[in-house]
Amino acid sequence: MPHATSRRSLLIGASTLAMPAIARAQGVTEIEFYFPVAVGGPITKIIDGYTAEFMALNPKIKVKPVYAGSYVDTLTKAVTATKASQGPQMALVLAVDAYSLVDDDLILPFDTLATSAEDKAWLAGFYPAFMRNGTIDGHVWGIPFQRSTIVMYYNKAIFKEIGADPEKAPATWDAHAELAAKAVQREGDRTTRWGVQIPGTGFTYWLFQAMAAQAGTQLANVDGTKVNFNDPACVEALQYWMDLSGKYKAHPPGIVDWGVTPRDFLEEKVAMIWHTTGNLSNIKNNAKFPFGVAMLPAGKRRGTPTGGGNFHMFKGANPAQQVACLAFLKFLTSPTMAAKWGIATGYVATRPDAWATPEMTSYVAGFPAAAVARDQLEFAVPELSTHENQRVAQALTDELQAALTGKKLAQQALDDAQASGSRILKPFAR
Amino acid sequence: MIRRETLQAWALILPALVLLVAFTHWPAVTTVLDSFYSTPKGSRPQRFVGVDNYAALWDDVVFWKAFWNNLWYALATIPASVILALAMALAVNTALPGRPLVRMAYFTPTMLPMIAVANIWLFFFTPDYGLFDHVLSLFGGARHNWLGEPATALPAMMVVAVWKEAGFFMIFYLAALQAMPPDLQEASNLEGGSRWYFFRRVTLPLLMPTTLFVLVNAVINAFRVVDHVVVMTRGGPNNATNLLLYYIYEMGFRFWDTSMAATLTVVLLVMLGALAWLQFGVFGKRVHYR
Repeated sequence: MPHATSRRSLLIGASTLAMPAIARAQGVTEIEFYFPVAVGGPITKIIDGYTAEFMALNPKIKVKPVYAGSYVDTLTKAVTATKASQGPQMALVLAVDAYSLVDDDLILPFDTLATSAEDKAWLAGFYPAFMRNGTIDGHVWGIPFQRSTIVMYYNKAIFKEIGADPEKAPATWDAHAELAAKAVQREGDRTTRWGVQIPGTGFTYWLFQAMAAQAGTQLANVDGTKVNFNDPACVEALQYWMDLSGKYKAHPPGIVDWGVTPRDFLEEKVAMIWHTTGNLSNIKNNAKFPFGVAMLPAGKRRGTPTGGGNFHMFKGANPAQQVACLAFLKFLTSPTMAAKWGIATGYVATRPDAWATPEMTSYVAGFPAAAVARDQLEFAVPELSTHENQRVAQALTDELQAALTGKKLAQQALDDAQASGSRILKPFAR
Repeated sequence: MIRRETLQAWALILPALVLLVAFTHWPAVTTVLDSFYSTPKGSRPQRFVGVDNYAALWDDVVFWKAFWNNLWYALATIPASVILALAMALAVNTALPGRPLVRMAYFTPTMLPMIAVANIWLFFFTPDYGLFDHVLSLFGGARHNWLGEPATALPAMMVVAVWKEAGFFMIFYLAALQAMPPDLQEASNLEGGSRWYFFRRVTLPLLMPTTLFVLVNAVINAFRVVDHVVVMTRGGPNNATNLLLYYIYEMGFRFWDTSMAATLTVVLLVMLGALAWLQFGVFGKRVHYR
């Protein structure tokens, strides 16, 4: 590819030009990255520890993490700062925001920078499922780090109580719905325990995407220019979600909150929940009952979207900083570090070689639930990501919530979502 | 030849003028201008589109939803918080054991940041084991998904707003009541006027300037304070709690459609301007200042 070569030589040329300025600063390159942490706590400490470790190994690079709130806050801050030419060199934002960042011409690809054989091997060493959201127009724009999928957490004590096998979670939609209905407990007309909760706020489209994948379809095309919201399989998926409360009476009516769902589970108000693997450590540390982690049940097939955040490199980074960013990312995603991160947080270590490290193998041996998300990657689809991603996802979320709260039928809601989504994507349709 | 005093006058107002122009007037003007242009996107630069943005807004169902939500929100929270504030002020203005404590209790919600308030209420509204469902269950009440049902979500937000605002307005009423000369009450007592009559014909008219001030503030707050929306519902379910300012934020900083956000801002500005004109022009005439 002559085009890529010329760009590369240009880059090298530019980096030699920038050399004197860096030499003046005693050869120290400073980089800053935004990281989404909503509240102070363990994650902040973990990341601080990793950067300190990296700086001890690389005295010529200074890394400064900036904790910037939720994913949306982090994106907002990074984009605003970059537009004002004061942005960070990197930020960890949702993998699905890559299209918008590319469209707004705010980020740099990694593949044109990581060109040595070693770098190429590193780039090729991630789970393909995690790379899909960050690969656009043949370039790699995102390095997977804080990644997750949806899994099912279930209360083994309740399973035992209702005569189900606590070591075997339901594997199909029908078995899942029937077991959920069986787990419901009532006092008069008051339900004191629900069978299952699938959160309908926060990441509504994400949970829905799992069911759509299980029904055998994708929510959008690979190029992110067309949505597929009113596909018959999507309607079937939404109908299943609605049936869990309407037909099986196993799910609380209406929508349940994203943040409240794990709390309900820990309070033993519900037998099964669908939630992110990112919650694994929280549930492990706070559950006062034996719990299991399982893959989501299968409709036509098993399925879950991937989720979580990738590292993106912003255009403000000068060549020396780009090299420093790459070095830092290679350190963060090295097998040992990726394994440590996965163990500490419950996020899925993003590389197969991380799962082969002694740390990880002994952890998984003691806590097999940790490997469920990895094994489920085989069935994973990339998270819904289109141009104008936030807007398209919001249009779908609105309609899903309308259906779940009984304001619309499944078909009507998804037809309307399809219309809104197509309208938003009109400028991108080819 | 410019007179020296004129120059001096300009020099004196210059600092304030610079700040006002830089942070209020100039942004307002650019906002109006931006609303007539498209949003620049990567390869597509900004271009003049006339009133296209306004036409798009007219067809935007979410905008109308947020508009009506905000109208109902204002219509419910403003009278409720003002009347509650007046009632609380009258209550703590009388001799009452532990009066300072009660006053403080009424004022506490005002001192808490809205984010904290929203998080507390988020727990109150939690289905099954939240405060409200817990209390209701003692009387055999069923589960309520307060924030998850379109029918109850907006009223739930209104309750939070009233709880937060009333204490603040109470302070103004209390100050006005304290400033009221006690001889009026004595005179009324001598004349044999009932307490209700005194309240209706003396207290209330004397409180009118305060009421106007409180009303203006209440109207502004009804359109300005959306922190609890961000924390509690993010506008959901299905935009049931989406308010205009929150929609502006989403449009500007989540969808990055800055022109549309500017258009929405202009609409909100015009609405608030019209309301202010109504308040000062119509109600202002009926207020008697001493």
